[in-house]
Amino acid sequence: MTVTELLSYEAALAEYDPVMGLEVHVELGTKTKMFCGCSTELGQDANAQTCPTCLGLPGALPVVNAVGVESAIKIGLALNCEIAEWCRFARKNYFYPDMPKNFQTSQYDEPIAFDGYLDVQLEDGEVFRVEIERAHMEEDTGKSTHIGGATGRIHGASHSLLDYNRAGIPLIEIVTKPIQGAGERAPEVAKAYVAELRELIRALGVSEARMDKGQMRCDVNLSLMRKDAAEFGTRSETKNVNSLRSVERAARFEIQRHAAILEAGGKVVQETRHFHEDDGTTTAGRIKDNAEDYRYFPEPDLVPVAPAREWVEELRKGLPELPRVRRNRLREEWGVSEVEMQAILNAGAVDAIVATTEAGADAASARKWWMGELARNANEKGVSLEELPITPADVARVSALVASGDLNDKLARQVIEGVLAGEGTPDQVVEKRGLKVVSDDGALGAAVDEAIAGNAAVADKIRGGKVAAVGALVGAVMKATRGQADAAKVKDLILEKLGVSEG
Amino acid sequence: MPGITREEVAHLARLARLELADEELDHFAGQLDDIIGAVARVSEVADQDVPPTSHPLPLTNVMRADEVRPSLTPEQALSGAPAQEQQRFKVPQILGED
Repeated sequence: MTVTELLSYEAALAEYDPVMGLEVHVELGTKTKMFCGCSTELGQDANAQTCPTCLGLPGALPVVNAVGVESAIKIGLALNCEIAEWCRFARKNYFYPDMPKNFQTSQYDEPIAFDGYLDVQLEDGEVFRVEIERAHMEEDTGKSTHIGGATGRIHGASHSLLDYNRAGIPLIEIVTKPIQGAGERAPEVAKAYVAELRELIRALGVSEARMDKGQMRCDVNLSLMRKDAAEFGTRSETKNVNSLRSVERAARFEIQRHAAILEAGGKVVQETRHFHEDDGTTTAGRIKDNAEDYRYFPEPDLVPVAPAREWVEELRKGLPELPRVRRNRLREEWGVSEVEMQAILNAGAVDAIVATTEAGADAASARKWWMGELARNANEKGVSLEELPITPADVARVSALVASGDLNDKLARQVIEGVLAGEGTPDQVVEKRGLKVVSDDGALGAAVDEAIAGNAAVADKIRGGKVAAVGALVGAVMKATRGQADAAKVKDLILEKLGVSEG
Repeated sequence: MPGITREEVAHLARLARLELADEELDHFAGQLDDIIGAVARVSEVADQDVPPTSHPLPLTNVMRADEVRPSLTPEQALSGAPAQEQQRFKVPQILGED
């Protein structure tokens, strides 16, 4: 294998401006396929979810899934696109065993949604507008297993096996216009765009958009142009980049690779490239030649889709608050900085905090628990916050117990610990572990008297005006009550008994 | 007059994975050119007020509800396959040696 020459990222950016085009495929969460009633459920037996239509058997006729069209329109509207008044499906003809029909039903020059944009927010809060070229409807392909080659690769395989359960599952392909002017932040913009798109798709409820499950896949097209050039350079197309981190790494790698080729006086080859998760590199796939001639033509077996304007407006009214708008609203409501909000986002804590405030907690304490104790715990266990065995309602209850003075911070942490350990609800944990702030004045009074008697010298100092020394006595009382006292109250009691007032 | 050249026929044959002999290319190029010429006459008749169509039916928005219908069993699905393995369609080597 040849070693790919790279230019340093800084040197590449000093000479060239990157231009990107991102193509994202989203598998819709419909119950059935795009053109037939076969189930889309994952994990079924091979070829148990096929029918004459998705197998392309003679005489079978496709019929469009209404929810598929509706989802496409919702995505288009959320991306600020125009929705076509009339559009058709087209056949994309190619011979490859992943499609038994020998064509993919797609849309060609009449996409259902076009000319939109998505504003994405970078980690420092800067907003970058990504223009959307189009979003169109199509169908997924079958799954190939290559036999006889090394580690299941197509190269060197003796034959391949096809499972067509996935063939025909609705896909929406979302294509950006060339993304220019991002400069050194191009890889970051690419990642932020895909992240924002994923949030958007989830908010719309049209797909879970799990990249790790292949429900959302990204192709990164990238070229470089010299800073004084008028035309785009030759692009490479890095296929199926399947995590947010990979999107950023793939863009960065291609910038450095292209720059090295151009600096050495070479020419970038227009080709498909494969991204490798393990080392973050890309390697050449097929070279695009004129054999790739899809001979698109309007699909004669399907009638045009002409979404009524009333329907489109109804769908527009039903759109949820967009993720970026929601995040900014929450940030203001919670009174946190961009940096803090970013940390909350990175921790995946937004929804948990919202749910906790909805269960009655104030935002500050909800944030404190989810971003502190609970984030730490999730991190240690290597799970997400949602996977922790504690509910937002539990956290809200703990926070209410603190607010009412029944628990102090230290005890609250023990309650959380108990809930996480499966000891029951917060109230049950309080009960079982006997975790209550000692507020009974009699019991506290006795502990205070004991502390004063046992630390006569300190008590004298305080009587003599050294009020700051009271900390030692408070500590003694807290120790005696195993932390179950309200420290502020203890302090007041001690000062009262010693006949001293603060200040 | 749009027509079709012998080179275009050869290109289409390759895309369609058809192996055509030289004389067949000549033969089909002539025939296809006649057919395209005949179809092209329709465009001459159609005036500005006749929109292009890909469909004879005056229908739009034929859709079905997103409801699961029974699929074939894997055995039925594979019954016409020339070869199968592990309940999957078995296809010849995809990439040749290169």
